Amino acid sequence: MTQVNRVAAAANQHINRNRPLTFIFNGKTYQGYEGDTIASALLANGVDVIGRSFKYSRPRGIITCDSQEPNAIFQVGSTQATTIPNPRATQTELYQGLTASSTNGWPNVDFDLMAGLGKIGGAMMPPGFYYKTFMYPQSLWMSYEKLIRKGAGLGCSPQQPDPDEYDKMHHHCDVMIVGAGPAGLAAALAAAETGARVIISDEQNEFGGHLLCSTQAIDGQLPSLWVKDIVDKLTTMGNVLLLPRSTVFGYYDHNLVGINERRTDHLGEHVTTSSRQRVHKVRAKQVILATGAHERPLVYGNNDVPGCMLANAVSTYINRYGVVPGNELVLMTTNDNAYKTAIDWHQAGRKVVAIVDTRTTSNGELVQQAQALGIKVLFGQGVINVKGSKRVKGVEVAAINAENHSVSSAISHYSCDTVASSGGWSPVIHLSSHTGSRPVWNDDIAGFVPGETVQQQHICGGLSGVYALSNVISDGFKTGSTAAQDAGKGDGSYASILPLINDPQEDPAMALFHIPHSKPTSRAPKQFVDYQNDVTAAGIELANREGFESIEHVKRYTALGFGTDQGKLGNINGMAITAKSLNKTIPETGTTIFRPMYTPTTFGALAGADVKHLFDPARFSAMHKWHLDNGAEFEDVGQWKRPWYFAKTGETMQQALERECLATRNSVGILDASTLGKIDIQGKDAREFLNRIYTNPWSKLAVGKCRYGVMCKEDGMVFDDGVTACLGENRFIMTTTTGGAAGVLQWLELWHQTEWPELEVYFSTVTDHWSTMTISGPNSRKVLEKICDVDVSNDNFRYMDWIEATVAGVKARIFRISFTGELSFEINVQANYGMHTWQAVMAAGQEFDITPYGTETMHILRAEKGFIIVGQDTDGSVTPQDLDMDWVVGKKKEFSFIGKRSWTRFDNKRDDRKQMVGLKPKDPKFVLPEGAQIVFEKDQPIPMTMVGHVTSSYYSACMGYSFALAVVKGGISRKGQSVFLPLSDGTTVEAEICSPVFYDPKGDRQNV
Amino acid sequence: MLLIHCPYCEEMREEEEFSPAGQAHIVRPLDPEVLSDEEWARYLFFRKNPRGLHHEMWLHTHGCRKYFNVTRNTVTYQIMESYKMGQQPSVTASEKGQS
Repeated sequence: MTQVNRVAAAANQHINRNRPLTFIFNGKTYQGYEGDTIASALLANGVDVIGRSFKYSRPRGIITCDSQEPNAIFQVGSTQATTIPNPRATQTELYQGLTASSTNGWPNVDFDLMAGLGKIGGAMMPPGFYYKTFMYPQSLWMSYEKLIRKGAGLGCSPQQPDPDEYDKMHHHCDVMIVGAGPAGLAAALAAAETGARVIISDEQNEFGGHLLCSTQAIDGQLPSLWVKDIVDKLTTMGNVLLLPRSTVFGYYDHNLVGINERRTDHLGEHVTTSSRQRVHKVRAKQVILATGAHERPLVYGNNDVPGCMLANAVSTYINRYGVVPGNELVLMTTNDNAYKTAIDWHQAGRKVVAIVDTRTTSNGELVQQAQALGIKVLFGQGVINVKGSKRVKGVEVAAINAENHSVSSAISHYSCDTVASSGGWSPVIHLSSHTGSRPVWNDDIAGFVPGETVQQQHICGGLSGVYALSNVISDGFKTGSTAAQDAGKGDGSYASILPLINDPQEDPAMALFHIPHSKPTSRAPKQFVDYQNDVTAAGIELANREGFESIEHVKRYTALGFGTDQGKLGNINGMAITAKSLNKTIPETGTTIFRPMYTPTTFGALAGADVKHLFDPARFSAMHKWHLDNGAEFEDVGQWKRPWYFAKTGETMQQALERECLATRNSVGILDASTLGKIDIQGKDAREFLNRIYTNPWSKLAVGKCRYGVMCKEDGMVFDDGVTACLGENRFIMTTTTGGAAGVLQWLELWHQTEWPELEVYFSTVTDHWSTMTISGPNSRKVLEKICDVDVSNDNFRYMDWIEATVAGVKARIFRISFTGELSFEINVQANYGMHTWQAVMAAGQEFDITPYGTETMHILRAEKGFIIVGQDTDGSVTPQDLDMDWVVGKKKEFSFIGKRSWTRFDNKRDDRKQMVGLKPKDPKFVLPEGAQIVFEKDQPIPMTMVGHVTSSYYSACMGYSFALAVVKGGISRKGQSVFLPLSDGTTVEAEICSPVFYDPKGDRQNV
Repeated sequence: MLLIHCPYCEEMREEEEFSPAGQAHIVRPLDPEVLSDEEWARYLFFRKNPRGLHHEMWLHTHGCRKYFNVTRNTVTYQIMESYKMGQQPSVTASEKGQS
């Protein structure tokens, strides 16, 4: 196909005709030029239907030329790794070989089976259709939903990992300018000339904003020359960063601006010369919003037929891209400004059928210009309906009475293939709304402008309702110098002289949003407000009649503004229609609030380089390589990679666990315990501090001794546990759970800094300083004796003592503590010697078949002893008493330590609290699922009364049966009784409540 | 994203260096044992949720690791002041006519 709509080259066009590019759309190959967007190239090729509508499957064409586009959102990219759902064709630059397809329409957009449903069902698919229709029976909703979602849907997410790289950059600047149109450029120049550090960004590939599509002379020349002059000046200044192709997606508190710079998207797929996109986070002293204004379409019958476009979009395609998107134009307008479109069309050599002006008269300069060109102007009339389905064939025009929303004359027919409409301009207030500022209605421009804000924010140009170009530029200069002054640069004046601009005199515009039809809105042809969600004027009025009066409710009921365009095109019209139908003013109706993102931003850009192994730091012990070399499977515990179990060749996990458990109980096992949190606590009040933080007493713990302690929150619930050793009179080393280390340190610091600053105590995290290996089992002493220079006999080294010694030639602290219930020694050496010491221990243990074990075996062995794991057996709602651990609570401590008072609260004294017990399944081979719910009575109607759940459950190779820890209401006094566990597969199993200490209840084995 | 002044570091730093630590100026009762359940519960569980000025604690987690106080407007997110632990706010809700 040839580019039928491409017209002769002109000086103001921004395409490079020497660089033709081929691209594929819906399987067909087309040609465009460098500088085109997909949208301009498709229009050049005369492609009318580019998609189907969401709900009614109506054929849809390109409407806009910018971020407002609701229809031309495509699937772009040729592979499952590089495909992008829903970029706007109007903002996607063409590159050689670009592959795009419609996101809606099956089997294809020209012949859509769903359209039949849309046509027949159109009148029967009002807002809330799905809720109303598929409400009963409720049980079938899940089935309905699947089908409905299949019929809907916009775009497909990539099925393969994103091969591209992304990065982030942080900036500080004096003045951040959003938008590089005439206002933004002028502001940037004025600010930069004060020496302020300036950043200016714009979402388009070129700076210039509205001037890129304008033919209005500046200093007697094309506007692009003025743009080039300013950009050249800014580029040579050292204090300005220019960011084209950079969308400000969010404006956040305290003047933080988020920008997504598209660095290679315009070059092709998976370009590897640089990162694909870069997020800039700019903390600015002053922000200037110069985001301009979006043209508003008018709402009229069948206004979605391909060929219905925004007036300014038509001008843009003609002036910027050399594309006239049709042959015969009817322009409908409420203002003088849009007359430019008819003039542009006429000057491009194609026919303007008529300008339909809804005002009774206008004598503005542009109106006179159009009339002088011989263009027919129809005042006081409106296009009330469009004929055609896949392309406009003609329009029905009639005199309208806006006051009482009626048609006041007979209908005239005009043949045409394009309808351009303009209802005036809406300032792009999105960013100013992001920080919570409420927009305010400005009657003069019939649009919302930014309201009061607490940000260091300035607005200028179209955003503040200033539209005449000379005013826009002088507003830019003024705002730029003021913002710089507010940032401490310059004196608020500027040197630049306003260029010579002849702004045409314009007569007042008419505030009109919705064109009446001869039939009432509910019976008139569909008048679309939000194209992407198929929201019509009739739908909004129906929602109002059904009682949805708040604009936020109307939005949610009709889906107005819910599309990927977030209501950019339709929201103001929707609010105006709501206001009218409720007999309110637009300010009374109010507006919904825009939130980030301004346009959709890829996850890749937001993640930046923080992916895969850079997503979250991983922590490894000094012995990690040994674990890798010896077949360890790893488990994540916090950020730590801990060996989970060490499978030998051919072993299953269960076989490995049984081997590890038996080896430890019968001979000796070794565990890498380096990851346990370790906090060095020093100071003359360290002991008193421990007394206040732990539930048990610390006053009498002698140097050289260790003690297990439990920490509660002030509500009395267990929060962490571990062993703390007394290193010196004023020095302790506290161990915490692996995952709880950071939280515990923070907890200690909180109490010290906020409540007890008078205590002299210091905390330092030393987790990473030490490598810790625990040897456990009846032969552990024999192993240690071989490599230790100190007598470690039971007489010399008692249970719960610690000693300093030399192990394998390395200075070590050895703690005689046990988490397995076996004779155990925890050897701590400086981390650098960890691997050396581990290897020495392994060598010494070889004759006893020393067996490395991981966290899973550790869990099994400790559970056999009824030792809790905080966070597994507790969940923040469990007291020490609930755990039957009242022995760990100090009874005579002077200070009312953290948590103590809460245990006497009424709720914590109940005897039917969930309490920790052991469970023995009746079937000794059956391992209860962790998390399984417990009931007292088997035969209960559903929902059953749940009385607890399983917290830990394993098969014990040492005991030869399965067992579990659980919490059960009043469980401690129910030992010996049966409970039932209804499982998710529908079966129910029985278990007996017992003591949680299954193995060696007297604790003899650890004391030998 | 807030920009927070740490009164110990005496610098404006990014919010990501800090952690919020709840309402400020809650004093632990000196003798918890003499309190009724209700009085103890008030200390434990009851927190303000004002629309407007709020005094809250922050921790300079990835900085000096000091807890400090901030007076912040919960509507606009403006931070009026930050001050050290043990000090009193100079901007308070009653001055601004808020409850």
